[in-house]
Amino acid sequence: MQLALFLIFGGLAAAGAINLLLQRHPINSALSLVVVMMSLAVLYWSLGAEFLAASQVIVYSGAIMVFFVFVIMLLNAGEEERTHGSRAAYIVGFPGAAAIFCLLSFVFLSERHALGSSNIGGYLNHVTSNIAEISTLLFTKLLLPFEVTSILILVAILGAVVLARKEQ
Amino acid sequence: MNSFAAAQVPIAAYLILAAALFSVGVAAFLIKRNLITIFMSIELMLNAVNLTFVAFAHMWHQVSGQIFVFFVMVVAAAEAAVGLAIIIAIFRTRQTLNVDQIDLMKS
Repeated sequence: MQLALFLIFGGLAAAGAINLLLQRHPINSALSLVVVMMSLAVLYWSLGAEFLAASQVIVYSGAIMVFFVFVIMLLNAGEEERTHGSRAAYIVGFPGAAAIFCLLSFVFLSERHALGSSNIGGYLNHVTSNIAEISTLLFTKLLLPFEVTSILILVAILGAVVLARKEQ
Repeated sequence: MNSFAAAQVPIAAYLILAAALFSVGVAAFLIKRNLITIFMSIELMLNAVNLTFVAFAHMWHQVSGQIFVFFVMVVAAAEAAVGLAIIIAIFRTRQTLNVDQIDLMKS
């Protein structure tokens, strides 16, 4: 079950990411990013993070990506054209990204026995429910950071309104 | 079939998937010429890092990694709102989304 979920949705996430890279039109890239985020939600669920799986669907693929699609429609963004700058980026970009991937996979593979393997659903130490544990921690020990994020959201709303407003 | 159903996935496989998503995000960030697509590749990189957080939280049987992901999501939502407002402001003044033509600070 765990292996099947990982193979299907991990493959879907990787395919969506590569499709984001290959597509020329921003709306196609946005839709493949939605595919990546939905498959990541399933992977979170299989790793025992049900709350995060739900909020991944609601916040990321719901709110943020709809916002992206709205802006793409609003600005009437068309296909991107190839320019001089993109050739230099091709020369540096692909080997650089491949080097990052090789380095990270080398480290993870050399430590794979210490990392162990995962059971579906997962379990926490000395607790019964995942969401209960998250909310207990969030509203007791991490109350101040949690409240500060609400200020951050408020400032972000104000900033977005000021930036997107028409100049008088 | 029964052994396949009970098969476990190594944590390293999740981490390698996250590394692959992150490097695809880096490549898209460098190669793409459209401002909105570049911004989307940043979101892809954030998601890849979130996957490593959740995988490590699963590995240690602790919830702190999941709380970190929660805060990353909140900050990403705020960042998307401000970033897209900046993109709208740029488009209004320069009438383009191509990053090669947005070079006011270059000269």
